[in-house]
Amino acid sequence: MKEGALDRGLKKTVDWKLIVLYLMIMLFGWINIYAAVRSGEPSSIFDLSCNSGKQALWMAGAVVIAALLLFVLNPYFWESISRPAYGVVLMLLVLVIFMSNNVKGSHSWFELGPVKFQPAEMSKITTSLLLASVMSRPYFKLSNWKHMLVAALIVLMPMLVIIAESETGSALVYVGFIFVLYREGLSGWWLALLGLAVLLFVLTVRTQWWISLIVVVVCVAAYLVYYLRRTPTLRYRRRVVRNAVLGFVAGLALILASDVFFNNVLKDYQRERVELLLGMREDPKGVGYNVRQSLIAIGSGGLFGKGYLQGTQTTFGFVPEQSTDFIFCTVGEEWGFVGSVFLIALYGLLIFWIIRDAEKARSGFTRIYGFCVAACFFMHLVINVGMTLGLMPVIGIPLPLFSYGGSSLWAFTVLLFIFIALDRQEKKYF
Amino acid sequence: MESDNRSTKLLIGLAVVLLVLFGRLFYVQILNQSYKTDADNNSMTREMIYPPRGVIYDRNGKLLVGNKICYDILVTPREVAEFDTLSLASVLDTTADFIRERMAYYHKYRTKIGWRTQTFLKMVSADTYMRFAEEQFLYPGFKAQVRSLREYPFNAGGNLLGYISEVSPEFLEDHPDYRAGDYYGRTGLEAARETDLRGSKGWHIYQRDSRGRQKAPYHDGDFDVEAVPGKDITTTIDAWLQQYGQRLMAGKKGSLVAIEPSTGEILTMVSSPGIDVDVLADFGRHYSKLSQNKHKPLYNRAVSASYPPGSVFKLVNGLVGLEDGVLKPWMQYPCYNGYVYTSSGRKLGCHTHRSPLNLEDAVMMSCNGYFCYVFKNILENPEYESTEEAFTHWREMVMSFGFGRKLGSDFPSELSGNVPSAAFYNRYYRKGHWRFQTVVSLSIGQGEILTTPLQIANLAAIMANRGYYYIPHVVKSSGDVEIDPKYSEKQYTMVDTTYFPVVVKGMWKAVNALGEGGTANVAYVPGLNICGKTGTAQNPHGKDNSVFICFAPMDNPKIAVAAYIENAGFGASWACPIASLLVEKYLRGEISEGRKDLERRVISTKLIR
Repeated sequence: MKEGALDRGLKKTVDWKLIVLYLMIMLFGWINIYAAVRSGEPSSIFDLSCNSGKQALWMAGAVVIAALLLFVLNPYFWESISRPAYGVVLMLLVLVIFMSNNVKGSHSWFELGPVKFQPAEMSKITTSLLLASVMSRPYFKLSNWKHMLVAALIVLMPMLVIIAESETGSALVYVGFIFVLYREGLSGWWLALLGLAVLLFVLTVRTQWWISLIVVVVCVAAYLVYYLRRTPTLRYRRRVVRNAVLGFVAGLALILASDVFFNNVLKDYQRERVELLLGMREDPKGVGYNVRQSLIAIGSGGLFGKGYLQGTQTTFGFVPEQSTDFIFCTVGEEWGFVGSVFLIALYGLLIFWIIRDAEKARSGFTRIYGFCVAACFFMHLVINVGMTLGLMPVIGIPLPLFSYGGSSLWAFTVLLFIFIALDRQEKKYF
Repeated sequence: MESDNRSTKLLIGLAVVLLVLFGRLFYVQILNQSYKTDADNNSMTREMIYPPRGVIYDRNGKLLVGNKICYDILVTPREVAEFDTLSLASVLDTTADFIRERMAYYHKYRTKIGWRTQTFLKMVSADTYMRFAEEQFLYPGFKAQVRSLREYPFNAGGNLLGYISEVSPEFLEDHPDYRAGDYYGRTGLEAARETDLRGSKGWHIYQRDSRGRQKAPYHDGDFDVEAVPGKDITTTIDAWLQQYGQRLMAGKKGSLVAIEPSTGEILTMVSSPGIDVDVLADFGRHYSKLSQNKHKPLYNRAVSASYPPGSVFKLVNGLVGLEDGVLKPWMQYPCYNGYVYTSSGRKLGCHTHRSPLNLEDAVMMSCNGYFCYVFKNILENPEYESTEEAFTHWREMVMSFGFGRKLGSDFPSELSGNVPSAAFYNRYYRKGHWRFQTVVSLSIGQGEILTTPLQIANLAAIMANRGYYYIPHVVKSSGDVEIDPKYSEKQYTMVDTTYFPVVVKGMWKAVNALGEGGTANVAYVPGLNICGKTGTAQNPHGKDNSVFICFAPMDNPKIAVAAYIENAGFGASWACPIASLLVEKYLRGEISEGRKDLERRVISTKLIR
């Protein structure tokens, strides 16, 4: 890389907006980790014996990694290794099931001496890379069912392995890749089907299976009536009828799958969390305790919050996992509605600009990868914040760049900065 | 362009989702008031109301565990004005140093504590509280809160009832619904029925005015929660019988368990040496002494100790033999001081008695030799291809009597005991290298088999019922406390009920056929028709254990008893008198004149020190 090119291009080519947002979220997260773990005795934010001090080290590491990705490594290197990387990570995902210690019922952590990491974090990156690499190849079309199958397999394989690790929550993030496929031409019907699947799941679990069946029948009937009127030719009519039959069968399969998934795949504690969310269970002391305490912490923040380090719910240990999964409670309690909206808006802007940059890219790889990054951030944001607000079942996944934890912070740094580097290449050789 | 269109659609979707999150935040943080009623907001204070813990009755409605009122003294450090340390110390029966230390602590952590109320002194008596209440106005910021303490009006059941104690930090970590300062059941019934007994706490929320002093109910008390008292528990224990059992067992080490065969209800469960109820009431003070006692009084032997059952197990082997068809009641076997089981002349010894015997008499006289033949027939049954297969079948039958597995009683810390498996012997001796002679001790309930006293008592109940039992339990349904329906289901053994009467007849003769060589004549009470079986279980750690099971009367039995006394010699010497006295007391209400001496001897003898 020539000196001159770097100097000339740096200001114009790097999307500084993303980097500023990245730093803002990370630093805001750090001071909130300090607020969450601080106890009565005042200690420094750099105190290495508590999470905020450790996070400072992780952050320093993250900045170094970001710089490496941005200035040293050629981003197209990532495209070239996307296949082996995907394969290796998938293997690690499988291995960890057999080699890890049981942490709260899940087998997803590798422990190497003092260092712990979750291959599931890396798998988001490699899945995005391989998906982008495969889908950006010439003549790749989602309308070709073989191509469609390949794309689906790339996403589903790590997802299923992660479910086998008993990390059903982390696997839920992969659902977000459907938005990437949609952007690349997947029929909107699939999104509708996903929505219908969620609806049928809720209905089947919450009410009775035959109510779900009625919904399916009504949907299919509405489809038939609507399209049969509009399509006069016999050939199209046949196709409409065929679609209707397919839809009906798919609906039945979904109802059955919901039932099996809920009663046989989900672990007891997961089932309880879902039941709680759907209001089938009143349990403010057991499972519901976390959510209840989380809502009290956030609710007590009011409009402007109690002020930094003034929170009582989060610092006195009412809220569990204060510095990791439930870190948003600290924001809600100490920074109030204003601070919470501000933080979510930061994420919103980050996702928005990633999508904007991705749309502008000429290379298909950059575009698709960008959408993958946006989807990962989006899913994590919605699931994590939704959980603390009682909109989602309790699923232990971190708030990206914000929660305490090195492996998550570094993974999201790599995920994001590969995109920033790719985006920079786009502009550099304009 | 279509793709642009899709990107826009996705962005619109993003915006909608974010708006949903904003809306939910707006609702939780600004519109909804109920999330703001947290205790630690400095404009509000929450006064906890502790519910009285449920009380425990015996089967006849006699109060075993009650509550007595005591008080916690609370303080809100920010409201404290100057006060006389010495006079407060004398009112509260404490020292001035203690008060100074507490106040210094509150000062150090004043920012963390804020307006919150702290517990100053725990569990002061009602008298102390009265004195404090008279002078309370002198000490602004201090107040009292009602708590309840356990009270035991009747000395019965110590270990069985269990004790309560304040939650520990470790316990809190696993139980988010408890708070520091709460009490919970640690052992026994208090632990087993914690969810019923506990009740739920309530609170009143008050708001401070601008001066931070006077309080008004927050939102007119809309968010107040009333305390719900704990549910009362009725046990199946007969308090008088339990007390009598404890007297009989005083100074001996072991267990005494009595079950009502027709229901599976445990009438008495004594683990000795145990703890008296006055120790329970003030457990904290006695704990270290008790936990260091070499006889382990905190340990409930009746369910948590496992021993070889000894000769009482012959009943099971006999029944299995009958069911398999390899034993007929008329079969006679010789025994001249034992059973020779190797060609080199190794012998499993027996006492001197007439020979040969049939099944009934073998039970009556507890003949070792006879049951070696029985067990040999079971394991060498030609219906099976190998000893291993026959053994596995035998084990299955034995387990159907409730041995080698948890019975599923409602009592915590129940052990399963052990019935060795064929796999165990395969590991130990190699597959195919063990046979009847190798495991001959199992014929007479020795060797690798281990049972709990509760399981042995259950065997007595099975004999009483002639072939089935109800899972033994200590809690009855009452009021809004329901017990698991499994406790009212008959559990049949794998032995047909028609085989039981002949063995029962042997048990009857063991007690009632005087002068015929029965082993349990000492248990004979005219008119009671007690049926029993003695056992003398070898104990590698010293003198043999004395075992006896019995039930009475023979027809329509009302009580089945097992006594297991460690290091007390023959079954007939201690276990048998103790169990028979308990039966007599239960059925007659008093001990007959002729047996008063026996009773005196049992009560006054101390076998351990």
